[in-house]
Amino acid sequence: MSVLSVRDLSVVYGGPRPTHAVRGVSLELDRGEVLGIAGESGCGKSTLAYALTRLLRPPASVTGGEIVFRAGDGEEVDVLALRGEELRRFRWRRIAMVFQSAMNALNPVISVRRQLADVLATHEPGMSRRAREERCGELLDLVGIDRARLSSYPHELSGGMRQRVLIAMAMALNPDVVVLDEPTTALDVVVQREILQEIDRLRAMFGFAVVFITHDLSLLLEISDRLAVMYGGRIVESGTARDLMAAPAHPYTVGLLGSFPSLRGERRVLHGIPGSPPDLSLVEPGCSFAPRCPYAFDACGEVTPAPLPVGATTAACLQHDRTLRPAGPDPGLAARRFTAEDAGGLRPSRPPGDPEPGGHQTGVRDHGGART
Amino acid sequence: MGYLRRKIVFYAVALWAAVTLNFAIPRLIKGNPVDIMLARAAQGGQPMPAEARHALELQFGVSDDPLWQQYLGYVGNLLHGRLGLSVTYYPTPVSTVIAQSLPWTLGLAGVALLVTVVLGLGLGMLAGWRRGGAVDALIPATTFLAAIPYFWLALILLYVLGLGLGWFPLNGGYDYAGVQMGPTLAFAASVASHGALPALTVVASSVAGWMLGMRNMMVSTMAEDYVVMAEAKGLSPRRVMLAYAARNAVLPSVAGFAISLGFVVSGLLATEVVFAYPGIGFALLQGVQNADYPLMQGIFLIISLAVLGANLLVDLLYGVIDPRTRKA
Repeated sequence: MSVLSVRDLSVVYGGPRPTHAVRGVSLELDRGEVLGIAGESGCGKSTLAYALTRLLRPPASVTGGEIVFRAGDGEEVDVLALRGEELRRFRWRRIAMVFQSAMNALNPVISVRRQLADVLATHEPGMSRRAREERCGELLDLVGIDRARLSSYPHELSGGMRQRVLIAMAMALNPDVVVLDEPTTALDVVVQREILQEIDRLRAMFGFAVVFITHDLSLLLEISDRLAVMYGGRIVESGTARDLMAAPAHPYTVGLLGSFPSLRGERRVLHGIPGSPPDLSLVEPGCSFAPRCPYAFDACGEVTPAPLPVGATTAACLQHDRTLRPAGPDPGLAARRFTAEDAGGLRPSRPPGDPEPGGHQTGVRDHGGART
Repeated sequence: MGYLRRKIVFYAVALWAAVTLNFAIPRLIKGNPVDIMLARAAQGGQPMPAEARHALELQFGVSDDPLWQQYLGYVGNLLHGRLGLSVTYYPTPVSTVIAQSLPWTLGLAGVALLVTVVLGLGLGMLAGWRRGGAVDALIPATTFLAAIPYFWLALILLYVLGLGLGWFPLNGGYDYAGVQMGPTLAFAASVASHGALPALTVVASSVAGWMLGMRNMMVSTMAEDYVVMAEAKGLSPRRVMLAYAARNAVLPSVAGFAISLGFVVSGLLATEVVFAYPGIGFALLQGVQNADYPLMQGIFLIISLAVLGANLLVDLLYGVIDPRTRKA
């Protein structure tokens, strides 16, 4: 039974050139599991996190889809329909969040004590002052910070300590889901490791589910149960971490996996993915990865791929669509190679990066038509 | 405590420098009060005899003593509150002139500043919190008022509200003819009604600056992660606005408040002139017109003291509201 179900969620940043940051994303988060969401900067992963926690502010708005939260007793909550007081009470008790930069997520002029106690005071008004003080101390104990630090101000703590305080704060109400938005990006690898172990330990203790958002795919492979790879506002591939690592089906996942070294595996040549992320203000049919994809073919510019089960994972890639390619995917992709040369001389169907946003639609058709 | 001690030592040095400059500057200026008095008398057709000159020199403390002796005497006089005699109001001592006009200024400028700041920051906070809302729509109107030259705005309001509609008295600190000065309700009411219009003009012309500054700080503070986090924590909107957004957004305004607070004492020169209000600004204007150096010197000293005092106060206040400055 999943604790959080997301169906076809779309988020648009309004304005003269609306940006479609999240495009029809569907997710299931099971109780107590770690779901990793990986993707490069600007792929919409943080926007997705903000949508899950209902923190989007104008000009961003959810334009479609639904988010359903299921409490332990089976009660369902339509998260997007929550308003005012209901929403306020839902927040933090059900879904807590650890923000990207611990430097800025703590109020600089208020002591750690008051920032922790604030949560308890609003959500548990019946709690006595002494009980609150005790609970704040417990929370710091939980993440291995001296209770004396309750009186400290954020600027008196190190980056790692601040991140721990944020994690302690997320634990305050024993939430069902904790969303971690790049929680370790600003930390060095040693502290990063400690923080990850901390999160894992706490999860084992309290059993909350985790949505872990980062651009660091290697990190996610290590810590998450299931993984979703985002590109251009869509989830292009999802599956268990093990399956995704062993048998990636989407060219983008293949490319990402080929772009960082493995500590224990054999030596191999690393490849980047040439090109740059798509302009999210353009809405056009076709796969948004096609301009950078060595396996793109005619249909990629015309049909938006739907997620399909491919082996053990689910991928949104037309190469795996049997109706379009009865013979199966390109042998290069099947062999999980990324570069164009590996792909048997197949050139990208479109030049990487389109400098002129205007007239893009026709541009796609021209390219499609000019191909042999 | 280290913070407090450092601040107090700093301000003690600044105070000494201000006092010393106040001693030095008049001695660098050509002429002295006695020459001025004699010149005024001569204009009136009554040349003074030499003995009178000597008497005046004694009264105004003009001497050829070594500078250090004069300095010690000056500091000693200051400690006893003796600031010399006013030329304009001869033979009234400067300290008396200041003592009579200072309360008026403190009352009027202090109340006007407090109302301006509280109103400006409050409205600015709301405008920033609900960007594009009803309060935000007030900003063009208030900036328009601020753009009008102050004396002109004051004159228009005086003409319309005072002379035309008769809602407010036209000038003065209280009803000199009708009410006896003293701790009576009638006197207080008279002071309040005479001060209302001058205060109103000051508030109308200066509220925009505070409001705009606060609004913009509020908008940029609200984009900070800690405000988003406060919202994510499920705190009430009121608490997010006050303790997380406004609490941080107000910090730059506090420094501005320090500067304004210090200059409360220097009086609202234009206001006091337009409304013939018996404050320090009005006295200073008289002093300038009559080349009354002792009076100006005394007023400048009081102003420097007030500016220093206000800055010390705000420095201490800043230490309370922004923990990051305590260790600096």
